[in-house]
Amino acid sequence: MAVLEADNLHVFYGNIHALRGLSLEVGKDEIVTLIGANGAGKTTTLNTISSILAPAEGEVRFEGDALTDVPPHDVVGRGIVQVPEGRRIFGRLTVGENLRMGAFLRTGKREVRQSEEHVLTMFPVLRERIRQVAGTLSGGEQQMLAMARGLMSKPRVLLLDEPSMGLAPMLVETIFEAVLAIRNEGVPVLLVEQNAFMALQIADRGYVVETGEIVLEGPGRELLENDEVKRAYLG
Amino acid sequence: MTAQAASAPAGTRLKALKRITFVDVVLWALRVIVVVVVVGGTIGTFVKGTYTTAQWVDFFMFGLTIGGVYALIALGYTMVYGILRLINFAHGDITMAGAFSAYFLASSLDRAGTLDAFPLLAMLAIMALAMGVCAGIALIVEHICYRPFRHVKSLAPLICAIGASFFLQHAFRGMYGSTIRSYPDPEWMKGRLDLFGFEIPVVQPIVILTALGAMLFLYLIVQKTRMGTAMRAVSEDRDAAALMGIDVNKVIIFTFILGGCMAGIGGVLYCFVYKQIYYFTGFFPGIKAFCAAVLGGIGNIPGAMVGGFFLGVVESVGPALFLDGIGITAPYQLRDLIAFTMLVMILIFRPQGILGERLASQRA
Repeated sequence: MAVLEADNLHVFYGNIHALRGLSLEVGKDEIVTLIGANGAGKTTTLNTISSILAPAEGEVRFEGDALTDVPPHDVVGRGIVQVPEGRRIFGRLTVGENLRMGAFLRTGKREVRQSEEHVLTMFPVLRERIRQVAGTLSGGEQQMLAMARGLMSKPRVLLLDEPSMGLAPMLVETIFEAVLAIRNEGVPVLLVEQNAFMALQIADRGYVVETGEIVLEGPGRELLENDEVKRAYLG
Repeated sequence: MTAQAASAPAGTRLKALKRITFVDVVLWALRVIVVVVVVGGTIGTFVKGTYTTAQWVDFFMFGLTIGGVYALIALGYTMVYGILRLINFAHGDITMAGAFSAYFLASSLDRAGTLDAFPLLAMLAIMALAMGVCAGIALIVEHICYRPFRHVKSLAPLICAIGASFFLQHAFRGMYGSTIRSYPDPEWMKGRLDLFGFEIPVVQPIVILTALGAMLFLYLIVQKTRMGTAMRAVSEDRDAAALMGIDVNKVIIFTFILGGCMAGIGGVLYCFVYKQIYYFTGFFPGIKAFCAAVLGGIGNIPGAMVGGFFLGVVESVGPALFLDGIGITAPYQLRDLIAFTMLVMILIFRPQGILGERLASQRA
């Protein structure tokens, strides 16, 4: 059964029809990737799921419940957490404060402590920098912080927007390993990526977006072999 | 050939001269004038030796006192700016409204003798009332002037806030008339105190210490509590904060309440320094506090604190120190001029303020 479903989403920016009836679903224990060119509507899809954008038509359903008119912070409260593109960490807060902001909606102090311990084990470099101001971290460390911050809210599904953007190949691998680890802990991941090759390698299923529509979908391995996908996204 | 070779360096020199625009000349002239006034005035004043050390201490202490008030009010401007990137121009009159309401309590407590019998309790009650009124009105202003325009990029909230400012002034004028009322002045506040051999009015340390205490309290809230951290997060990146589950509306409300509380304390302290209140009382401290916020770097909380004290001291010491020395006969008339000149100079030469960062890096 699908945990997260987007059903026939239409989204407009003024006159621009950004999503044209896009539908997708993320199942339990799945990594689902959304690939496509710049401006195809990948980030728009995630922001619609996070309720930052309201669809003109269609709806997002989480565990069967429609998220229409649910404000963004409540979407997080229900367990849909987005790690936005460009990391968007709070540069003037310390690493520890960033993590605590990730757990903003959680109340149990001990559980939050446990989550913090958990993400710091996942990303040990953050432990060394826990008191450091986040703006001084390197790009890779900032990405790890952004993901760790997202995990602090104990998501039930994680939306990752371009986690590998601007990172050195070795770091990209670290990040993708983390994505796999997150899935293996039982948190489904919806992964938006420019790096289609890497994304399709770890994804269970993939969707190809073009100008606001899904044009192709299938298991990650299959898409990796697909001639059209090869030509357009894998070079 | 030779003529060309000779004219080449002259040509580049001319080009370099041409690059200096009229604006550059004006800016340099401004710098020179300010330096001449400050340095020349200071030397002139000390050569004349009109003022005794006791008088200087007096000026300085008064500056710190009024600076503490400016700092408290400036915090409201700077926090709201940090979150909404807008100036709450009604803030000065919100301050007045709180102080005015507290006046009624203060004067009845004074008449009943409570202000003399239980000074600490009475002061706490007066402050609490002012804080409550200021926070309440700040919330109403937020609700009417800012919230409807949250997702619209326009000057409407600014104009609405100016409207709210006039509304408050004239509402208080309508209700209580335009006579200047004298704030109660209990005996214990009239005393003088010996500070390292200099006599100062006892009201000054009261104001300074209360202001410092309130600021410390605010600083701890902003730095150590969950809502305070959320405030800082929202001021950095509102959308990312919402993605973390932070209710941005709640944070904005929290900010207005905090700013209102500081304004309430500041307003009461202001009235205890000047001993009077009427419907227009909020205007000058409001606009001075705005200067202080800009001086310190708008959006920057420690900046507003530093800016407040800095402005208070400069405008209190400045007339005697800079203006008397260059032969201006009634320098005290020009106190406000010094404050606003500083505002203009800061905006021209260091728009990010004393402690501020450049806006470009702030938004990135």
